Parts: sequence; C-alpha cells; structure tokens
Amino acid sequence: MPGISRKAAIALAASASLALLATACTGQSDSAASDDASKETTINFWHAWSAPGEVKAVQSLVDGFEKAHPNIHVDVVGNMTDDKMNQALRTGGAKAPDVISSFTTNSVGKFCSSGALVDLNPFFEKSGVDPEKTFPKAMNEYTQFDGDRCAVPLLGDAYGLYYNKTAFEKAGITAPPKTWSEFEQVAKKLTIPQGDTYKQLGFMPNYHGWETTTEHYLGQFSPTYFDKNGKSNVGKDPAFEAAFTVQKKLVDALGGYRKLETYRSKLGDEWGPKHPFHTGQVAMQLDGEWRLGMALDTKPKFDIGVAPLPVPDDQADQYGKGYITGTIAGIAATSRKQNAAWELVKYMTTDTDAVVNFSNAIHNVPSTLAALKSPKLKYDPRFKTFLEIAANPNSTTAPASVNGGVYLTTVQEFGYAYESGKATDLKAGLKKTAAQIDTDIAQAKQP
Amino acid sequence: MSTSTLRAKHRRSTLRTLAFLSPWLIGFTVFFAYPLLSTVYFSFMHYDGFKPPTWSGTKNWTYVFEHYPFFWPALRNTLWLVLVMVTLRVAFGLGVGLLITKIKTATGVFRTLFYLPYLAPPVAATMAFAFLLNPGTGPVNSLLEKAGLPTPGWFNDPTWSKPALTLLALWGIGDLMVIFMAALLDVPKEQYEAAELDGATPWQRFRYVTLPNISPIVMFAVVTGVIQTMQYYTQPLIAGKVASGVIQGAGTQFEPGYPDKSTLTLPQLVYNLGFQRFDYGSACVVALVLFALSMAFTALLMRRKGGLINAGER
Repeated sequence: MPGISRKAAIALAASASLALLATACTGQSDSAASDDASKETTINFWHAWSAPGEVKAVQSLVDGFEKAHPNIHVDVVGNMTDDKMNQALRTGGAKAPDVISSFTTNSVGKFCSSGALVDLNPFFEKSGVDPEKTFPKAMNEYTQFDGDRCAVPLLGDAYGLYYNKTAFEKAGITAPPKTWSEFEQVAKKLTIPQGDTYKQLGFMPNYHGWETTTEHYLGQFSPTYFDKNGKSNVGKDPAFEAAFTVQKKLVDALGGYRKLETYRSKLGDEWGPKHPFHTGQVAMQLDGEWRLGMALDTKPKFDIGVAPLPVPDDQADQYGKGYITGTIAGIAATSRKQNAAWELVKYMTTDTDAVVNFSNAIHNVPSTLAALKSPKLKYDPRFKTFLEIAANPNSTTAPASVNGGVYLTTVQEFGYAYESGKATDLKAGLKKTAAQIDTDIAQAKQP
Repeated sequence: MSTSTLRAKHRRSTLRTLAFLSPWLIGFTVFFAYPLLSTVYFSFMHYDGFKPPTWSGTKNWTYVFEHYPFFWPALRNTLWLVLVMVTLRVAFGLGVGLLITKIKTATGVFRTLFYLPYLAPPVAATMAFAFLLNPGTGPVNSLLEKAGLPTPGWFNDPTWSKPALTLLALWGIGDLMVIFMAALLDVPKEQYEAAELDGATPWQRFRYVTLPNISPIVMFAVVTGVIQTMQYYTQPLIAGKVASGVIQGAGTQFEPGYPDKSTLTLPQLVYNLGFQRFDYGSACVVALVLFALSMAFTALLMRRKGGLINAGER
C-alpha cells in the first residue's frame, strides 16, 4: 500500500518536526531565590564522597548543620559522579539536588558560564561574608569564572613532595631538594638500576605517573594560562617552556621515556596499598596531602618525609608554594529552595568549626584562612607542610575556563607527545597548543 | 456504490492499516525519526544543555572536521576495528561453531566453555584482560618471556593496543558461536551426502554447500558486528584508563585514548563532546558521522552485486 505509507510518512515527518520545534524552543526556566529559609523545608545535597569513613564525615557535617538550623532538613546522596550531577542539574525537578559538591574544580567554568549553578556573590553580600578575606587566594580563584562566583571551596588539596627519608640517608642526602636542578641531582642519586629496569627509581617523572600531570608541574612555575584578552598564553609565557624542559630533562636523565613507561606499567596502582612509594620502588613522589595517611596505613619500612615541591632555580625565594585544587560546592540554578540551600553551603564552607571538623575527619586541607589557623585542627606534624602550601600566597591553581578543563588536557596532550619524543620542537609545539586552546574556547563561546 | 461510500470505505481501510501499524509507527517516531531529526537539528546549533540553543550554521561541522584533534584518530581507529575486528570475529565465530558441531563427545562442556566468556560484563572482562596483558606483571608476558618470545606492551603500546582489544573481542565470541552453530546444524544433510558422492573435498563441501546455506547468517553477523563495533565504547575506555593508571581524582582530568589516542573510538567522542565539554552541537556531528558510516557499510554489504548475499538468496 504505497499510498498509505506515503501519507503515514508525511504525518510522521510533520509530527516529528513539530515535536522537534517544541523541544527546541524550551529554554532554561528562571528560578529566583524567593523561598523563606526560616520555614520548615527539606533540601537535597549530592556529593561525590564514597568511602565509608568519608560518607560518615559528610553525615556528621550535615548533622551539625541540622542542629544549628532545625527547620531545614537535608537529604544526603553520596557517591555522585560529575556526569550524574551534570545530568541532574540540567533536568531539575523535586528529586534533583539543591546543593552539589564536586571533586573537579575543572568544571567550574562550565558550571558558571552555562548558568547551571547560581552566582553566589549576592548571597555572600547578603550574609556579609567577604570571600576574598575568607578563602585562600588560589581557592578563591578556582571557584569563579568571569566574575561569576558559582562555587565555593569545600576543603582543598595541596600538592607537595613525599620522600623516602631512609633512602635519602642511604644516598647521603641530608635535605629535600628546593630547586628543580637540585631535584634532578637528587633523583639521579636515588636511582638504582637493575638490569634494564630499576631496583629503586628516584622519581617517576612521566605524565602518566598519576599526579605528575602537566598542570601539577606547571603549578610550581606560576604560569599565566590566559592573557588579558582571554587568549591562551601557552606559547608566550616562558613558564611553560621552562616547565616542559625541566620535565623532559628529568625523563631523559632517569632512563628515557620508554624505559620509565615499562617500569611504570609494573607498579601497583595509585590508590592501592602497593603504590610504588609505599613499597619503596620510587623514592620521591609528587602527591596531594591525602598520600600521607594512605602511606602510613600500609606501615612502610622507611621514614616518610614531606616537603614543598621544588621551584625553578630563578624563583628560589618562592620555595614553599604549591599547586592547589579541591572540592567545590554550589547551588543548582533549578533549585526552588536557594535561600535554604545557601544556609547549608554557608555553614559547610565558612563555619570555622564545621570546616575544621570535616577536615579532621576527611584529612583534606581546610578551605578557609581561619580554619587553616584553627587550634582545633588535628594533624600529623608533617601535614602542616600542606597547610602552609595552601596558605602560601604564591601557591597557584589552574583558572576556570568556559569549557572547563579542556585547555589543561590540550596542554597535557602536547606533554605526552613531547616527553615521548614524538614532538621535538618545543616552541612550535607550544604555539600550536595555544592555537588549539583558542579554537576550542571560540567553539565553546559561540553566542 | 456511490463515490462517498467508496471514499468512506477507503478511509476506514486506511485508518485500520494505520491502527495495525501504530505500534511500529510510534516506536519508529520515538526511537528513530525524532532522535535522528533532533541530531541533525542540533548539529547546526550551539547548545550547552542549559541555555536555549542558538543557530551556529556549519561551525560545529568545521570544528569537528578541521579543529577537533581527536576526530581523525578516532575515525581511523573505528575503521581499523570495523575491518579487522569484525572480520576476525566472524571468521573465529564460524570456526568455533564448525569445530563444535563436529565434536562428538562432551559437546555440552565445549559449548559452555566457549559461551561463558560472553556472559562476563564488559568492564570486568576488560579489567581482567588488562591484568592478564600487563606488560610487566601479567601472566601472558611472563609465559612469552619464558618461551623466549618477544613481549609486547599490549594496552600500554599504541601498536599493540588495538590487537589487544581484538583478542578481548575474540575471547567473548560466544554469541556468534551460538548463531553459527544453529545455522550450521540447519544445513540439509542430503546436500553433504550428494556432495560426498560427487567426490567433493572437505573444503569444497564447505565452499559449495555450507557457505551458500549460511550466507544470510554470515551477512547478519557482519552487519550487526559492524554496527556493534561502531558503538564500541566501554572496552577501549576501560582498557585505556586501567593501562594509563589515571583514575580521575580531584583536579585531574582524563582524556580517553591512552596510549597516544590509539584506543579512541567515535562513541567516546560523542560522550566527551556532549557530556564532558557540554558541546552538544559537535557531539551531534560525530553521531551523524557514525550513523552515515553505519548506513554506508550496511548498504555496501547488502548491495545486489558484490554484496555478501546475492539477489537470489534474499
């Protein structure tokens, strides 16, 4: 019946087009913060923590809030990935989160520019809290984009250097290296070859060596990722060339990319007890503050030393700085209970005792200047190094960008090519990387 | 009969036909036509999933084809997998099917043994393979080393990552084996007897009796294999993640494709662009490329001359 099929096809196409037009015309509905936070209400809080101890710590943080605000009840949902949160922020609805907390600071630019999370500046003003005076500089920086403060730091991560004190003593090294050239010497001294592999490697410099990402190395060189016009500075700021050169020199000095990659593939995983720093296979490790607790849990056969990461030779006076990132919290634009949600966010992120208790339970760096100095903070004396890195005004972070962390992965992609010898012209490669970053941003910024 | 009565009859018949067709029509509209038309529509829009979409002309297309550094490597990998993995899977599936239909004793045990791996969830199977094929600590390389053979880097080496994925796909051949076994057992016995009487060799019996009889099933296996491989997502992503050692933690971002973009596939780009970069327009472009490729491959395989089955067999 060809006639019927044709008619059916036309009807089908027409209804599909109508449906398409109908969906195409739906935009994001505006949601104003008009709820009364003093009335009885329940809000949803989604977070990413999943380990039993962490989940318990979040619950006790929320319990503290509910005690202080008996009218606001919080439904807590844990173990939420960024992808699930993105989806829920898009769709909204009664079960969607009012408050979210994500591990990825890289998403802040996307969250702010898309309007997925509300700008918290008016809330801060209304509450008389000055974020500049409340949060450390780097954390203050990574929670906003283009003047839109759509996120707040909720505990932070600082990166430093872990070293095997016993191996240091055996090699006759008395103090952790402070500059990258000292670091190279120390890493070489600590490297003990065994056949075509290593008995002990001084340091795993490859970008796939977990936290030895390009952005973590770059943090020590205080790079400016973007110029005043928002264009990529990767091809212009000498910090990038310097950082790539230092890393490549380390790779070559310690055995070359291929040999190091083969060794790396034989090592235990980053979050397991057989981490090569725990087992003594690698003598120095660039890592976050969480490593100390994880390493001590495995009862290693050596003493662990902690220090800031080295700085470039010409910035020796800035020794003590580090790369900072962390967890963020924000309020969903689709939330109809934004005032109540703000009460929770304000409590979790600015109440000194709440921040300190949470930090004690999770073993992350506190995210307010007051909490960093709080006498109630309980920690291993070595943990203090990370508190100092977090409070150091020279510490750096990677700025928020309209397309999130895309520029960081573009830099990283070039890093992989350069360390493996696939790319040899550093200057030309960095210029090409900058051009790619600009193109990606232009694509994301379309009107 | 008057014209109006005829018209009314015709209308009734039309409505009746539409009513019978409605389950398919609804399914077709909701699950095929609407998503496809939306994808075409959004490929010309700038849309981040939050703000209303805006017209961007061919910008997304230009971006994907000219500026998105992952597109061409992913396309090359996808085509490689379609050609190599599908061919080997069909050949291996048919081989195992043939072998198992010939076995006289303990057939149940062998069938179960070959089918079992297919039941393993893809993530678990990939992680197990990443463990077995670990260049440093995996048992496969230990055995190769003991035998004095070269030890590949498998998932850690761009040259070996796709062959490693192919091995994984061949291991999970159970679905194809069952289909081929059913087809092989359906080939009329008298045709084999006739061929034997004519003095046909085993190869000739396979070529002139078995193959023509099962060619529609081979066709089915190839077409569904091509479509499955076009949607290949989980295994390369997990293999890349496990082998690279990067587990997404605070402040770190993982781009798929380790090592050296060799395990990137087009579906990974759809996810990366749409759900991680919030660039739905470009994600739609990649999805349409996938759709066009699947259609092209299927048309090529099903064409009247030179396709996998000839006109007489349809």
